[in-house]
Amino acid sequence: MEEKLQFKLNGKQTTLTVDSDRMLLWVLRTDLGLTGTKYGCGESHCGACTVLVDNEAVRSCMTPVKDVRGKEVVTIEGLGRDGSLHPVQRAFMDTDALQCGYCTPGMIMNAYAFLRKNPRPTPTEIVLAMDDNLCRCGAHTRIVQAIQDAAAKMRGGS
Amino acid sequence: MKASTEGEQSRDSNDRGVSRRDFLKATGSGIFIYFSVGEVPLLQREAQSRGASPGLPSDFNAFLKIGENGRVSCFTGKIEMGQGPITSLAQELADELDVALEAVDMVMGDTDLCPWDMGTFGSMTTRFFGPPLRAAAAKARQVLLELASENLGVPVVHLAVENGVVFDKANTAHHVLYGQLARGKRIERQVTQQAVTKKPPEFKIIGKPVLRRDARAKVTGAAKYAGDVQLPGMVYAKLLRPPAHGARLIDVDLSEAKKVPGVEIVREDDFIAVFHKYPDVAEIALSKVRARFDTPPPIVDDTTIFEHLLKVAPEGRIVAQGGSVEEGERAAKTIFEETYLDGYKAHAPIEPHTAVAEISGGKITVWGSTQTPFGAKDEVAKVLQIPPANVRVITPFVGGGFGGKTTNLQIVEAARCARLCGKPVQVAWSRKEEFFFDSFRPAAVIKIRSGLSAAGGIAFWDYRVYFAGDRGSQHFYDIPHHKTTAYNPSWVGPKGSHPFATGPWRAPANNTNTFARESHIDTIAAKAGIDPIEFRLRNFADEKMKRVVLAAAEKAGWTPAKAPSGRGFGVACGIDAGTYVAAIAEVDVDKTTGRVKTKRVVCAQDMGQVINPEGATIQMEGCITMGLGYALTEDIHFKGGEILDANFDTYEIPRFSWMPKIDTVILDRQDDPPQGGGEPAIIVMGAVIGNAIFDAVGARLHQMPMNPGRVREALK
Repeated sequence: MEEKLQFKLNGKQTTLTVDSDRMLLWVLRTDLGLTGTKYGCGESHCGACTVLVDNEAVRSCMTPVKDVRGKEVVTIEGLGRDGSLHPVQRAFMDTDALQCGYCTPGMIMNAYAFLRKNPRPTPTEIVLAMDDNLCRCGAHTRIVQAIQDAAAKMRGGS
Repeated sequence: MKASTEGEQSRDSNDRGVSRRDFLKATGSGIFIYFSVGEVPLLQREAQSRGASPGLPSDFNAFLKIGENGRVSCFTGKIEMGQGPITSLAQELADELDVALEAVDMVMGDTDLCPWDMGTFGSMTTRFFGPPLRAAAAKARQVLLELASENLGVPVVHLAVENGVVFDKANTAHHVLYGQLARGKRIERQVTQQAVTKKPPEFKIIGKPVLRRDARAKVTGAAKYAGDVQLPGMVYAKLLRPPAHGARLIDVDLSEAKKVPGVEIVREDDFIAVFHKYPDVAEIALSKVRARFDTPPPIVDDTTIFEHLLKVAPEGRIVAQGGSVEEGERAAKTIFEETYLDGYKAHAPIEPHTAVAEISGGKITVWGSTQTPFGAKDEVAKVLQIPPANVRVITPFVGGGFGGKTTNLQIVEAARCARLCGKPVQVAWSRKEEFFFDSFRPAAVIKIRSGLSAAGGIAFWDYRVYFAGDRGSQHFYDIPHHKTTAYNPSWVGPKGSHPFATGPWRAPANNTNTFARESHIDTIAAKAGIDPIEFRLRNFADEKMKRVVLAAAEKAGWTPAKAPSGRGFGVACGIDAGTYVAAIAEVDVDKTTGRVKTKRVVCAQDMGQVINPEGATIQMEGCITMGLGYALTEDIHFKGGEILDANFDTYEIPRFSWMPKIDTVILDRQDDPPQGGGEPAIIVMGAVIGNAIFDAVGARLHQMPMNPGRVREALK
């Protein structure tokens, strides 16, 4: 059903008139033009569509847009501040933790949410936290390294 | 990838695309160096067969431009799908031309801006494109030095270049920039003979690890893939699909679907497209289409396919032979006879096939996720029955290909849709469609008969490969009597063989062949009671393979023991795309569940000259990781033409928790020609895991994937 919906998106209040049963992924990509969030499987298996809702990593392909009413949504486009990269993004670059890059936004968003909860993760904890995000190019070991590096950076206050 | 919008596009193109003059017009003034890759004879043959009009640039298929702004562009039909040429090719160009890496733009996969190219596959970019690219850059440097000599009034021998600045060695202040030399000029040169390129000690950028140049765009979400192209007025199309390959549409009721507000439905025979400005709403409308199909009864499924393939196999073609197998059999002390099986595998890139098509002014432009933009161009021209010159294919970033994006059905579909609805259209396959239309790695059977001689050698080798393809089917052991026969030597089968499309899958055929050969060698070694590495070293016919296996053994800290030793150590080796590769794996096998955990993989390879060691290492890591999938879980389940796997819940690809500790070794061979890097390391993964399982528990698996059920079965 079409209705007016408000939520905070990448720091800005956003008002939309939208069928609120539609999935957040498609509303972000088409209505709002934020194409950094990717479709990979449509059924929550791969994590390419991961975004933050009130700082929790969620699969936007299975999240009806009505569920984010009044909440705060952050996509990959909103992670950096004022043109500078977030330490997780920087770490992915520095460790070459990507190849085709298609799963990367989802990986980064999931890692960000995880590090908020666990700023001092062990490699095993990182693996567990990332296990439901799929990558076909095989960047896994570097992604784990990147998250570890990012955690160290973030603890250092940068 | 740089957007390809510089200058006017050509309008007066010939059949194939654009003439040399068109390229010049399209790219403004500057210095142009045309060069060709090994594919040019193919290009000419193609052009002839198509009756191309005069003026067709059939003598080059890539070029460089040094622009007035000092930027250096390389125009090539190659594409970036994660394997890294956007970085490695730029490194080669920058080093040879003496410019900063940052001054190089790669303009890739745009059929209007780039000359014809066969496609990006077969680990060929670095091997075959790299050397002529360097020659072209050397030629450009020579032209620029001559211009600088004139400009500065200093003989060429007294000049030096750094970062695109030419200066007098005696007076460094006396200088001129590359960009200044290009100003207002149109200089064209063709690389006809091998230009003198730099020697390894002179390299400043080649051979040095460099981080990906596209990383920033990819970590910020700014990188554009085909599905991220959004045009004004664009609609999304969802297409009616049959429940199985071979099913025919009998009747269809569109009435309920048409009730969805804003939807438009177009039908052209069995091609039924539902359009909406939102893809998810188009999907809902499609789900309301009531269609009846006539589905032929299934003849084969994933368990009976091997029997079927053997039954329908065409006559064999001898790939290699020497001596006499019969004679070898007589000399053998022990004879081995084994059959190896491999099921269908999906490419499963995380980005499904996607395309956007727009028709404007009689010309169609398609943005497609493809490994073969020029192939796609021809396909679109054919289906729309328009001249190829009126088709432009632009390749944005590709979200993984692995061979699967050498087929371009989604591009053809987008083109048809754009014509049918008169608006720009995006066709983005769902995951289910991706599994359904994928050109799978073929199911295959390999039969090997072999013998152990009294002296501990391999007395004979009779190798028959059915349907995998012949790549990697030849052995490299010292065997006096041997014969390798391929029954259907391609990964594509004749009608009536595979129930759906098959095609090249990363290191096509070689994964299956290496699994069979190296498993079998292990079986012989075990029977001989000799450590599997020792057995291989004694029987290699190839010194290069010895070095590679020894490098892996050294890195792994291998201590000899005959298998099964209970340690869970395996070894396997092979050759692909000119690269020699050896791997050693350590696994844990849970005898109750049959689950295999890969603890460590050491991989060594000799790939000749390495352009970007960081990139090459990443490709090895990617191969090892992806290879765990086909070794342990990946298998397409099907019943006739019906594909039962629709998503990643049943088709399991490798995850973080599977990751072994990975160690890679690249042999230092900077003086040898570069070989393939994107595929070789994946070929050993099936055999190395199978051999490690055998070493761990004494059970030999003859079929991939080696999933828990099969491991438990083998343990009985």
